[in-house]
Amino acid sequence: MERKKTKNRREFIRSSMRFGMVLALGGAGGLAFRHSAGDKWVWQVDPFKCSWCGRCATHCVLSPSAVKCMHAYDLCGYCDLCGGYLIPGHSARSTAAENQLCPTAAIERKFIEEPYYQYTINEDLCIGCAKCVEGCSAFGNGSLHLQVNHEICVNCNECAIARSCPSDAVKRVRGSAPYLMKGDFSRDQT
Amino acid sequence: MPFLLLLLIALSVDSTAQQRFPMPEFESGYQHPEVSAPEPRSLALEYIDVLVLLAFLSVTSWLVIRKRSRKWILGLVVAALLYFGFWRNGCICPIGSVQNMALSFSDPGYAVSYTVIAFFMLPLLFSLGFGRVFCGTACPLGAIQDLVIIRPVKVPARVSKSLGMFPFVYLALAVLYASTGTGFVICRYDPFIGIFRMGAEFHLIVLGIAFLLAGMFVARPYCRFVCPYGALLKVTSMFSKHHISITPSQCIECKLCSDSCPFGAIDRPVPERAISEMKGKTGHFMLYAAVIPLLMMAGGWALSSSHIFLSRAHPDVYLAHLLIDNPGVMDDTENLDVQTFLGSDRTMESLVHDAEAIQAAFLRGSWITGAFIGLVAGLFLVSQSIIRRRTGYHPNRGDCLSCGRCLKYCPVQK
Ligand code: SF4
Ligand code: SF4
Ligand code: SF4
Ligand code: SF4
Repeated sequence: MERKKTKNRREFIRSSMRFGMVLALGGAGGLAFRHSAGDKWVWQVDPFKCSWCGRCATHCVLSPSAVKCMHAYDLCGYCDLCGGYLIPGHSARSTAAENQLCPTAAIERKFIEEPYYQYTINEDLCIGCAKCVEGCSAFGNGSLHLQVNHEICVNCNECAIARSCPSDAVKRVRGSAPYLMKGDFSRDQT
Repeated sequence: MPFLLLLLIALSVDSTAQQRFPMPEFESGYQHPEVSAPEPRSLALEYIDVLVLLAFLSVTSWLVIRKRSRKWILGLVVAALLYFGFWRNGCICPIGSVQNMALSFSDPGYAVSYTVIAFFMLPLLFSLGFGRVFCGTACPLGAIQDLVIIRPVKVPARVSKSLGMFPFVYLALAVLYASTGTGFVICRYDPFIGIFRMGAEFHLIVLGIAFLLAGMFVARPYCRFVCPYGALLKVTSMFSKHHISITPSQCIECKLCSDSCPFGAIDRPVPERAISEMKGKTGHFMLYAAVIPLLMMAGGWALSSSHIFLSRAHPDVYLAHLLIDNPGVMDDTENLDVQTFLGSDRTMESLVHDAEAIQAAFLRGSWITGAFIGLVAGLFLVSQSIIRRRTGYHPNRGDCLSCGRCLKYCPVQK
């Protein structure tokens, strides 16, 4: 009899605690839900904050990095003398590897018409080192810029690059607008 | 020479607008190519993940409570490892979702996605209903450790109970770091994520392999002594409605199952005699209960007095400290963080201002965190001082991971 009473009492405590916890969980969930979005978050580089430090190439959990150079063609000057393509102090304006800034020769230079050239990034080769971005931003229009390629990125819950970027340029963006592509030059001024 | 010229042109261009070199008017009718911008993994797939998780939890609940089959559970373990581990690359998992939830409560700019809420809530709700069925199969971290258990050694109960406190401390600190926007420490030190992705920083791979090697002998060390989400599951499971039971009907105390659990999660019977023997020694229940508020104060005080130290994990605070304590680093051209800061238009004042705000958040948070740790320590003491009469061999509701290994040892038929 005595034993049964203890058992009942224990069962009562257990179910009240359980009830309390369901309430607490529901509260937390509800609070989060009120402030939630039917969208997901992905990581992206803000090209206007990036300072071309080179960590995108080295700090991604993937190798080669999921960050790639992307080219905003409508910003490009199609220069023959491309600050992103040619290494400073290059011996000739040619496609020879020793004249290229890119360590993996990921930029293809194609003649369009005199005196213009088109520069295309081969993303299979690009390692996201930002050397060309720096060159293009320093001497050109800044049309070359880094972006996380979402086909490659595994969308870490905490991006390893975001945490080590010295410019705080890698941030969460909505999955419905997953890129911060350059292309609207006026943004630079705002 | 050409570069000098270029530089001159660049400098002479009016900086208010325009590109230095406007896009040319092509005579050949050239059209530039589209930039490829592949979409991230679709939202629909994320919702399928939630459904898969729900399926795993439901089936496991049924398996451990009705079907009582280790073989099926093992099958699900392998499936979970493949799906949540290797295919989905681990993210996002319920363990990490704790931090997303914490961040969403503290940062109004961060709205969690439905997936994250579901991943956080479902395992806990199932734990309240059926015990730690998430640990039993669906957790990829648990799964990979479960498969390497070969010769589990017994960890003395006192040691494992004390080590079992660490997950609570880890949980509290992880919430502190997430809610102050410092970072997601649980993800940063997830030992198995590197294995799931087949690539990570070197120290993570080493950590993962170390855990797996240790896990051959100390079964599922991460789950038992580290996992912060496990701390939540433990508490919810203690009060669960249903739970796996070793015997299908009534335990006859044959002791056959007593050593069958690799995690030492089986409670032995405590006869009346043992209680009366222990009475004199453990009558501190009231004393311990009274001490809890003191422990909470002490914990809060201890942690808050180290809040400056804790806050240094935040990059802004770290940088501000570095620059103030050691102005010489400004000449260090190798230090990327410092050079980037100096090259940016951010002023020292704004950096210090931000750092101070973060430290203030740490001061508040560390009081709460410390008090929580004190509370857990107090409850631990109280629980140690209670001995109850127990009959039969039963899984400990907090510690049992619902793996089903013990089931086949019971000779009792239904
Ligand atoms: S880590 Fe940041 S600053 Fe460095 S290259 Fe990447 S985005 Fe740019
Ligand atoms: S989220 Fe992960 S995979 Fe994607 S860029 Fe960042 S570190 Fe690389
Ligand atoms: S220089 Fe670096 S960022 Fe630019 S294309 Fe080459 S590898 Fe990519
Ligand atoms: S199901 Fe049995 S063997 Fe598995 S953890 Fe629980 S008590 Fe231990």
